[in-house]
Amino acid sequence: MIDINISGRVGRMDIVAQFEGRGGVTSLFGQSGAGKTTVTNMIAGLATPSSGRISVNGTVLLDGDKGIDLPVQARRIGHVFQDARLFPHLSVRANLTYARWAGRRSGTRDFDEVIDLLGLKDLLDRKPETLSGGERQRVAIGRALLSGPRLLIMDEPLANLDHARRNDILPYLDRLCVEAGIPILYVSHSIEEVTRLSNTLVLLSEGRTQAYGPVAEMLAREDLVHVTGRREASALLSGTVSRIDATWDLAHVDIGGPELQIPGLAAAAGDAVRLRILARDVALAAVPPEGLSIRNALTVTIESISGETGPYAEILCSLACQTIRARITRASVSDLGLKPGMTVTALIKSVSIDRGQSTLAPPVSVET
Amino acid sequence: MNFFHLQPAEWQALALTVKVAAAALLVALPLAVLVAYLLARYRFPGHGIVNALVHMPLVLPPVVTGYLLLLAFGRKGPVGAFLSETFGISFAFNWTGAALAAGVMAFPLMVRPIRISFEAVDPKLEAAAKSLGAHRVVAFLTITLPLAVPGILGGAILGFAKAMGEFGATITFVSNIPGETRTLALALYTATQTPSGDLAAFRLTLIAAVVAFAALIASEVFARRLRRRIGGDHD
Repeated sequence: MIDINISGRVGRMDIVAQFEGRGGVTSLFGQSGAGKTTVTNMIAGLATPSSGRISVNGTVLLDGDKGIDLPVQARRIGHVFQDARLFPHLSVRANLTYARWAGRRSGTRDFDEVIDLLGLKDLLDRKPETLSGGERQRVAIGRALLSGPRLLIMDEPLANLDHARRNDILPYLDRLCVEAGIPILYVSHSIEEVTRLSNTLVLLSEGRTQAYGPVAEMLAREDLVHVTGRREASALLSGTVSRIDATWDLAHVDIGGPELQIPGLAAAAGDAVRLRILARDVALAAVPPEGLSIRNALTVTIESISGETGPYAEILCSLACQTIRARITRASVSDLGLKPGMTVTALIKSVSIDRGQSTLAPPVSVET
Repeated sequence: MNFFHLQPAEWQALALTVKVAAAALLVALPLAVLVAYLLARYRFPGHGIVNALVHMPLVLPPVVTGYLLLLAFGRKGPVGAFLSETFGISFAFNWTGAALAAGVMAFPLMVRPIRISFEAVDPKLEAAAKSLGAHRVVAFLTITLPLAVPGILGGAILGFAKAMGEFGATITFVSNIPGETRTLALALYTATQTPSGDLAAFRLTLIAAVVAFAALIASEVFARRLRRRIGGDHD
């Protein structure tokens, strides 16, 4: 549980950040230059807010009114920097154990366990300069974890990696987020990473936190689309794999009543999964269509229609207590006579699967 | 007498030179590291003045530096009188005075490369060390200092060489006393001022050259080994 309420000025940027993360992964999302790194530096104690309060799991790290301001080394915040910042003159092993021998921290975490979790066994005797970008980030994460932190901050750990390296490291992050056992503050400008990994989403824009809350809720909010990004606008559905149809290699996912069929999903019956559905992949039909190749056609109710200008309209639809988002042209809205409250059929072209709450689903994007 | 057999006076000058230079280095190097670090990492009022003061011995005529030392650290100088009364330390006409003069003259030559190597070490690494629980002093000793070692070594070599060859400030401050302040450079000067001193001057020149050459080779070997240990460049 992290509780942040800080304000201050660094350079020409005014920072006003207020949010709470209720355990698990809290993501700080915003475009480049939104002030994400400044906010994390303030939380870590590397920059000083002019006023405010920071507490992690009930321990107060900063309280301007009471004059509490723990120095960086006393905050016990594991910080994974965008540029890894491994110590170049030390071996990977000495980097990993730095907190122990230089910081006098007796890490609560078992060394071998962290090595296993991040797959660092073969890297221990190497120097940082011989590591690839992805390996460096894994070592940096391990080093932060082994410092026995009360909070782990990951500041765009994937930003400097190419696509292949990113996919190398994402499975480790999935495991880490589930097994870390401490709150994680994950900073990113990629909505894809954020929806995949986080429980709570904090939206930051121009140095100010705009809103925070559960990821699915935040993605569904039309008033925040300017922050979350219109092109990538999506909705999250949580579900459980009800059965695997081996004949056609289809997984049936129960999303609270209705079922979605997803091909090639490496999961077993009973697994919880998170489905991310981009608004641009959802079409609406006023009458249930026949003879379609699209397998996922769900009966939904239109909640709201937005977009008075421009070619597109964003339509929020509800089904079984969950929300799905569709983007269609305003011309279609007019032709079909769509109105809030109407029952229509949502046709879903593709679904990407994100990490579930209890199991690890592979990050696949599939055509259905 | 064998040409390669050193005479007692030559031995004396050589041993004294090494002693003076080593003492100068021992005292001045830690101070140079500290000043270089402050100049590299902090912007404080008077930054420019400190920087200028450090570099003064480099641009002043050495005789002026020596004379200023004499005024301050001589028997009647304010600092000299204080030190001799309180601690019994005397610089005047003493080998320690020669070491002081050598140290002052070598100081700017040491500060410069050390400062540059500190500036090349990313301060963000120290921030990372602190986030792992290291106190700022520990972070400096375990991260910044080791990464700056090549520059510190370079500064030390330059400073040692300067201290070995220092002449003007030394002769002005502590005169030219055999066995006390007559280093190789001063002995060589004495020889050139003596009729029929040509052979002695040549021998001293050879000694100076051999010592300097050996020191360069040794430092090169050491630096190479060090670079391998530190692991080359960092980003």
